Amino acid sequence: MLSAQDLPQPFDRKLAHALPLRPGTDHLKAAPALAAFGFLTACVGPQSALDPAGRDAETLADLFFWLVAGAVVLWVLMNGLMFYAWRAKPRPISPKTGRWLIFGGGIVFPTVVLAGLLSYGLSVIPDQRAPGEGLRVEITGEQWWFRVAYWPEGATEPIHSANEVVFPVGQRSELTLKADQVIHSFWLPSLAGKTDMIPGRVNRMSLEPTEPGEFRGQCAEYCGESHAWMAFTALTLMPEEFDAFLQDLAAPAVPPDTEVGQAGRTAFMAHGCGGCHTIRGTPARGNVGPDLTHVGSRLNLAAGALDVTVPDLAAWITDPKAIKAGAKMPAYDHLDPDEIVAMAVYLEGLK
Amino acid sequence: MTDATPSRIGEGYRRADLEKHEVHVAEGIYPPTEEMLTAPIDPELADAQKERLLAVWNDPPGWRYWSAVNNSEVGLWYSLTAFAFMLIAGCLALVMRLQLAIPDNDLISADRFNQFFTMHGSAMMFLFAVPMFEAISILLLPAFLGARDMPFPRLSAYGYWSFLIGGIFVMGSLLFDAGPAGGWFMYPPLTTIDQGVGPDIWLLGLSFIEVASIAAAVELIVGTIKCRPPGMRINLMPLYAWYVLVVGAMILFAFPPLIAGDFLFELQRSFDWPFFDPERGGDPLLWQHLFWIFGHPEVYIIFLPSIAVAAMVVPAAAQRPMVGYNWIVLSAVGTGFLSFGLWVHHMFTTGLPSISLGFFSAASEAVVIPTGVQLFAFVATLLAGRVKMILPMLWIAGALAIFTAGGLTGVMVALAPFDWQAHDSYFVVAHLHYTLFGGMVFPLIGGVYFFYPFIRKQMMSERLGRISFWLTFVGFNICFLPMHLTGLKGMPRRVYTYPGDVGWDTLNMISTVGAFVIAAGIAVFAWDLVRPKGKLMEDRNPWNEGSLMWSHRIPDHYWGVRSIPYVTSRNPLWDQPGIVERMDQGGYYLPDAQEGLRETIITSAIDARPQHVTRVTGPAWCTMWAAFFTGGAFIFPTFHWYPPAVISAVLAVACVIYWLWTSTARIPENPMKDVNLGLRLPTYVSGPSAPGWWGVFITMLGDMTAFASLIFGYFFYWTVHPNFPPPLADHANGAWVALSALCYAAAWGATRVARPINRSGAVVMAQVLLSAGIVLAIAGAAAIMLSVAALDPTSHVYPAILWAIAVWTAVHTIVGIIMQGYCLAGTIFGKVMPEYDAPIWNTVLFWHFLLITALVSTAVVGLVPRMM
Repeated sequence: MLSAQDLPQPFDRKLAHALPLRPGTDHLKAAPALAAFGFLTACVGPQSALDPAGRDAETLADLFFWLVAGAVVLWVLMNGLMFYAWRAKPRPISPKTGRWLIFGGGIVFPTVVLAGLLSYGLSVIPDQRAPGEGLRVEITGEQWWFRVAYWPEGATEPIHSANEVVFPVGQRSELTLKADQVIHSFWLPSLAGKTDMIPGRVNRMSLEPTEPGEFRGQCAEYCGESHAWMAFTALTLMPEEFDAFLQDLAAPAVPPDTEVGQAGRTAFMAHGCGGCHTIRGTPARGNVGPDLTHVGSRLNLAAGALDVTVPDLAAWITDPKAIKAGAKMPAYDHLDPDEIVAMAVYLEGLK
Repeated sequence: MTDATPSRIGEGYRRADLEKHEVHVAEGIYPPTEEMLTAPIDPELADAQKERLLAVWNDPPGWRYWSAVNNSEVGLWYSLTAFAFMLIAGCLALVMRLQLAIPDNDLISADRFNQFFTMHGSAMMFLFAVPMFEAISILLLPAFLGARDMPFPRLSAYGYWSFLIGGIFVMGSLLFDAGPAGGWFMYPPLTTIDQGVGPDIWLLGLSFIEVASIAAAVELIVGTIKCRPPGMRINLMPLYAWYVLVVGAMILFAFPPLIAGDFLFELQRSFDWPFFDPERGGDPLLWQHLFWIFGHPEVYIIFLPSIAVAAMVVPAAAQRPMVGYNWIVLSAVGTGFLSFGLWVHHMFTTGLPSISLGFFSAASEAVVIPTGVQLFAFVATLLAGRVKMILPMLWIAGALAIFTAGGLTGVMVALAPFDWQAHDSYFVVAHLHYTLFGGMVFPLIGGVYFFYPFIRKQMMSERLGRISFWLTFVGFNICFLPMHLTGLKGMPRRVYTYPGDVGWDTLNMISTVGAFVIAAGIAVFAWDLVRPKGKLMEDRNPWNEGSLMWSHRIPDHYWGVRSIPYVTSRNPLWDQPGIVERMDQGGYYLPDAQEGLRETIITSAIDARPQHVTRVTGPAWCTMWAAFFTGGAFIFPTFHWYPPAVISAVLAVACVIYWLWTSTARIPENPMKDVNLGLRLPTYVSGPSAPGWWGVFITMLGDMTAFASLIFGYFFYWTVHPNFPPPLADHANGAWVALSALCYAAAWGATRVARPINRSGAVVMAQVLLSAGIVLAIAGAAAIMLSVAALDPTSHVYPAILWAIAVWTAVHTIVGIIMQGYCLAGTIFGKVMPEYDAPIWNTVLFWHFLLITALVSTAVVGLVPRMM
């Protein structure tokens, strides 16, 4: 039996996982040579739009590098001309020449450039919005976490999860985006651009990962007090691994076999946690908070605010608001610390 | 460019269309002849005139100073107040930057951070950028136009006091930890489910300030159209005045949709009418549309005035007239128009169809063209002149360097696909600060350095100005350049903290350091602004610039101009030799104030032919009281204290009526007045020659825009939701609706007919008609309210929007009735006579708009749902 001394010390808030920086920025070879090596290193990150691992994000990163190269050239031209006028103090041009300059620089040149830019930029829209090829994931923005439901092709029942989305590599997945109370936005920069989640509406997008990896996504639309702590983890798996993952996810919870774990299960059920949370294979059937069936195998807790460890789980159960201001889950600090730790052990063991 | 040969006007002269209804019109010689303009002036007479003018225009002494309404005083208070709000909002940003300097920081709580970013954005927009433009324009415009004052000085004062009260209220909420925390865009449902007073403070406090902004815009538009000096045709106006006109019009059409949105929003918050609640048929996206129909033009409302400042500084630096004046005017107008067609680019991620994305991307990119034309006109002017590197030009150059970078990132985010990554990330934070700092703060400070000698007759420090510039410029780029990368590396906006291992920490630390360097630069500037600067300088035109303003001798001569000149050039001080000396001697129009009244000349809208001498209002406390009570009417509902709110509203109306009754459209002692140079002008005009009529007309254009936004909401629900109106919904009572329409038509008819009847001398008949109009108007308003009385506005958005439209119409009817009553009382107490009937003209004009409102309302409430 654990004692009170084993209670978590003031927890260390950090990202669910120290994500390894992914190698491989091969696609950038196509980008303009202007993008220097140092800049490219600076672009790398688990949540970087410039370090893409999905077809859509790659297209947008390429678009960005073209845009930024053009912008730099135009900026230098425009400001160079101004600088020339002061510093070189050239012989004054005639007003007529001046008017030609206005016509050329203000009308002809931008019209040509913008026409090209729009045809290139807008031409990528249809691909970005292409329909999915099998898997559909329904994601609902809640305050402040993501409800996730997988609908494999032909499924009649979804498979529930939370704060973690897994996609198969090389296949276009369809996303159905909803919101519960307020507007959120689903953004997974490494794979694709963002789309808002709006109460009363159903939005869609699609994405296609090109390599396996682990990424971080985040709500991008301000959604209230703890908007900063509404993140999720995304995993991309090779198709066969993905199928295995989904199979495991669909299975009921495997409770930990230890004595403490069993005590935790009893406490979880006794204190009414099942009123809000579902743990498949148990009487807990609540639908208000995140599904906890396999919470122990997830890569983050509380939408990126904590790790899935016993101390973090215990800290969360004790006082969620201390970790995430405004969190809807009530505090259980009135419970015996042993019970809380037992529940944490139970939940951590739900693989 | 000069007018045709001098002619006698008035006698045997065919009256211009607009003047056909006038009892008295201008008489005498116009334009003045060469001999008249070179005739010697009697120095003794000139001195006597000068004494009288000074006595009339002087500020009240002692504590009564605060009752002043002169544009030079109000404009100064206004701009200093806006600057103070900017400093406060900047300090909020510094605290936020400290919080974000390191990951997982807990310097301030999430809630406080959210209040701070909400107020930082809201204050910079509503308490700094827009009011600052209006403040500076109030301060400068009469000088640019050689006018003595703005046409409605008390309106400016009212606007200022409203702004001050509203600003303190909204900003002060932070001290009680009760500030709005929903973002400056206040998206529902987040802000409709919020139980605190924060959103109410935002909605009501800022609506109050928006009303003040619109009041100032009306003033500026009328000032530009009607207060130009004789001869300054519209194509001779200084570019600054053109920008004032364009920006004023943009405010007039951009703010009302937001006010309509605020109206719906507050009805939902206070009375649970479900406009934005999807469960009862509402739609949160309607707010986003209304907000951004305002919000995007807002960007250009902020940016264009700064271009206006640049358009005055660049010719002074190049020492030659602007190259491409016509190009600039056309592009300013074009930017104004285009800016109303772009709002959807703020909503690219809301799941709109691809066709909308393409259209709004293209429209957004199109703004590059007029903006480019304006920037290239500056470059061309610099290339065509000999550039003198004056300090204000340094700030303008820095502005252009930063603004072009912001404009180019704007081209990037205007492309919908790229925006899917950049939207709501720090990339956009960087982009918007590049446009707003480059497009507002830098030109503004450049403008302060440029115009300071006009305002105070002292120079600011060259050395401090350069130090401030380099600190601000370098600090700005240290702060905001890295944010582009921070955003693309995935950092969303409006997060109070972030984890340490995503790769954002170094970038954020650099930005924080930069923010404090900016703060140092602004502090140096603020010190330079307020530090004592020794004695006044003699030189009135230190930059050797060509516009009329540099003929002024403010601050010790409050009259504006000694005499109002006859202008034949865009740069009169360059092209009309001796004009300043002659103005000083009182050799032009209106050199005297024999009657002891504040006066300025009103000219025709396009050709600036003199039409009228208007008596502008002088110092008064009633404007301050009116602002105070208007504030009560907006602020009390925040706390759901409705009875004091209603009492405040009634008192505010009483103050306004007192102010109008005692000081506007006063019956003159003499219908005509000699204004010098052989010209006699009427001292009282009605209808389209009168500035008051233009004030009503322009205000009502804004009002109509708000009403149109409300109707847009109705049709938005209808288009977007198949269940609007719900199949089995109760409709408004058709009989009451029809009766209401009839009553409104009859009330309008009675009011309209009363005007010619009164003019013909049948005063009693006019009184009967006005009384009948009042009764019919009451009946019309009652009928439209009764038509919806049986519906429950909290049940569904359909009855709610019908109620909202009915309430809107009824409230406007109250104003219409007050105006009818004012005219009725005027005919009884001698304020309105057959010959002096301006109030009736203005009332009829109001009623034209009210009739449109009523007919559209009754159609939409009673007729359209039955046809759907």
